[in-house]
Amino acid sequence: MIFIFALWCSIKSPDGVRAYDTPNDAGKSINIEWKLAADDSLLVGYEVFRATNNDTFQYVGNVVSGNRSFKDTKVEDGLAYRYKIRSKTTNEYSDFSLPSAQVVSAPQWYHKGKTITLIGLLLFSSLILGAIVYARKGKHLFIRRIAGLDELDEAVGRATEMGKPLLYVPGLSGMTDIATIASVNILSQVARKTAEYSTPIIVPNRDPIVMTVTQEVVKEAYLEKGRPEGYNADNVFFLTDSQFAYAAGVCGIMMRDKPATNLFIGMFYAESLLLAETGNMTGAIQIAGTDAVTQLPFFITACDYTIMGEELYAASAYISKEPLLLGSIKGQDYSKLIVLFFILVGSIFGLMGNRVIISLFNI
Amino acid sequence: MWNKILGLDRRWIFLLTAVCIILPFILPMGLPMQVSPPVQNLYDKIDAIPPNGPALVLDFNCDASTLPELGPMAIAILQQCFKKNIKVILMGLSMPGVGIAQAMLEEVKVKFPDKQNGIDYVLMPYVVGFGIVVLRMGEDIHKTFETDYYGTPLDSLPMMQGIHNYDQIALVVCLTGSVTPWIAFANTRYGQEIGLGVTAVMAPEAYPYLQTNQVVGMIGGLKGAAEYETLLNKNLGFEGRKTACIGMDSQSIVHIVMILFIILGNIAYFATKKRVSNT
Amino acid sequence: MRRAVPLRICLIMGIVMIIQFFIPHRYSQDFYTKVLDWNIIIGIFALVLGIQSLFHSEWTKVRRRRSGWGFSVVTIVAVIVVAAIGIWGGIGEGSVFIKIYRNLTMSMQATMFALLGFYMASAAFRAFRARTKEATVLLIAAIIVMFGRVPVGDLVWHKLPDFVEWILMYPSMAVQRGILLGVALGSAATSLKILLGIERGWLGGSK
Repeated sequence: MIFIFALWCSIKSPDGVRAYDTPNDAGKSINIEWKLAADDSLLVGYEVFRATNNDTFQYVGNVVSGNRSFKDTKVEDGLAYRYKIRSKTTNEYSDFSLPSAQVVSAPQWYHKGKTITLIGLLLFSSLILGAIVYARKGKHLFIRRIAGLDELDEAVGRATEMGKPLLYVPGLSGMTDIATIASVNILSQVARKTAEYSTPIIVPNRDPIVMTVTQEVVKEAYLEKGRPEGYNADNVFFLTDSQFAYAAGVCGIMMRDKPATNLFIGMFYAESLLLAETGNMTGAIQIAGTDAVTQLPFFITACDYTIMGEELYAASAYISKEPLLLGSIKGQDYSKLIVLFFILVGSIFGLMGNRVIISLFNI
Repeated sequence: MWNKILGLDRRWIFLLTAVCIILPFILPMGLPMQVSPPVQNLYDKIDAIPPNGPALVLDFNCDASTLPELGPMAIAILQQCFKKNIKVILMGLSMPGVGIAQAMLEEVKVKFPDKQNGIDYVLMPYVVGFGIVVLRMGEDIHKTFETDYYGTPLDSLPMMQGIHNYDQIALVVCLTGSVTPWIAFANTRYGQEIGLGVTAVMAPEAYPYLQTNQVVGMIGGLKGAAEYETLLNKNLGFEGRKTACIGMDSQSIVHIVMILFIILGNIAYFATKKRVSNT
Repeated sequence: MRRAVPLRICLIMGIVMIIQFFIPHRYSQDFYTKVLDWNIIIGIFALVLGIQSLFHSEWTKVRRRRSGWGFSVVTIVAVIVVAAIGIWGGIGEGSVFIKIYRNLTMSMQATMFALLGFYMASAAFRAFRARTKEATVLLIAAIIVMFGRVPVGDLVWHKLPDFVEWILMYPSMAVQRGILLGVALGSAATSLKILLGIERGWLGGSK
């Protein structure tokens, strides 16, 4: 009898069907898993059917062969559902699997998978705050020399001596990018110096929101130095949001106005070399600063000084020498030590075939 | 003389570079191409998608400036999909990307006149949101786009009947010259397999993802595109003008000229340095 | 007071967004979507300010006949004409707007990107000097990668492309990861400083 049944049904129905509420989600979602059929390679895929309480099972979706899970996102929270699966080839279907146990979908208030991130966040914040408190007590904090930042004064001075403007490019990204925020912080310091020396500063922007911030920052710097009349709103302007049109516009400014100093600080993409090389042609002193790893080689090649990666974030602390800001850099260093410790220990454990440390960081 | 070389007007370098770029377009050299593992992996991954099975998403997260590098990649991938009867969803996470996708599609369709909109491929319209679009596609593609580029409701397109989220997508290939949200959102959150086509300048940034298998394969720059064209030619018998391969001839010559310039510059540097120290 | 209000908004919103990150509940996700929508809305209004700024600065150049003022005329005319064509002629397939985009914008952008090749050649000639031991290592690595990334490298030595792949996969990646680690921690520290109001440069000053 069994033999005759097997002959009649040439593809087997999937088994081991398990349905469960999707973990760490906003609700309205149930995951269904099953064991791959032995003849999976012959299949086109699997079809998923669902039923509430005593209703009949209805088709909800399909997945291609090789997959053993399906996410049903068309469910209501609080209702009980059961699932059945059947496999299909190009011209036939298997029998249905046994139905899964009842499952109810619900939203979660805490993402358990992010616990390691939460621990990291608390530890990192504590270290930074601890270092800031330490700095507030007036303890001396050493910070290594950063050549590119040391030269900022020199660069502004050169523009003043030559009676030419200083060009400040705050990168091509928006305010949501930390590199842009760091750039704006540096602009604040640079604008104070240009206000002090009465040197014109030109700030072309690619993002209108960044433009409103840079306008405010430069204006405040001139006010702070008691020279509000020195601020020229026309010099801090929006150019275009198109990447290469912006690059062309900035290159045009460099060729026409011949600024004595060019500062490229923020996030840059493929246009970095176009900007830096054009500046080099005009003979300007150039300082670049970015955390875009792929653009660093271009800036190093074509600029006089380059502020690399995290140096960009340390810049405002380095220039202002404010103890609170310097303290945060110390905290950052301690955090880096902890990360390096885990990388080292994780690598050693991993090489010995033990993945305990590595699995801790599976997010 | 060495001082003259050191102070060489850069316009001479520009001129020589221009000549080296243009020449192979007139006289193609057809240099042999060795296929690198990331390109081979992407090709194999697409090749393994069953005909008329799950779809491939081809995202144009780029603008016109990167088209010389990314265009040949797009054409090669589309040709492979159409030849193998793989269903394709074309889209653009960036606004200019959708227009570029349409232009590429028109170009490839000349060779495949039987391919029909809504049955063999679907072109999606631009939707604001970038990373949010990727996340929403994981929940429901029909709710993310609602209609195709031409305004037809997705529910009425035969190809989209069985495609609702990443469960029915075999592979997403993102063509980009900058950042891509696919890895962080579609791969990490939904386990979707991702392939990349990137400009040469951005390729080093993508290597970490290849090492961690977050990206299954990658076409890097014009070289990668030329390798892909070579694979298509070898395995699927595509003939005709191979844009990327011709471009690689130019690139080969320019690289050699640049290396010669660097060596010459260094000889001049050491010669003048020696003279200064002697005096 | 002028600084206190934005600083408090920044602190509250920062803490709320950090908490939101750990809550997958739909209320939290809806809130996140709303914040993103606001971001887009603010961006659109800021674009109006941007266009106004563009017109103002370019018109000033024309009025004062500053060097290159002709380019400013081209900019102003182009913005007005293309916007008018888009508004009245539509931006759909086959429209004049799309034709302008395909035949002018695309070509000009591709030209700018193509200039990179020329600039790379001149920058490499000028800057790649074996001045120190480190610079010599960099120079040799650069030449090997340049050779290995083109078919000629394969003709010189068939294992060169594999060697280049190894350079990119391991030594280059190790350096990149080192820099990225610092960047990630630096950006987190900067965010924290901004939330706590220690870093105030973005508000225009430190006081």
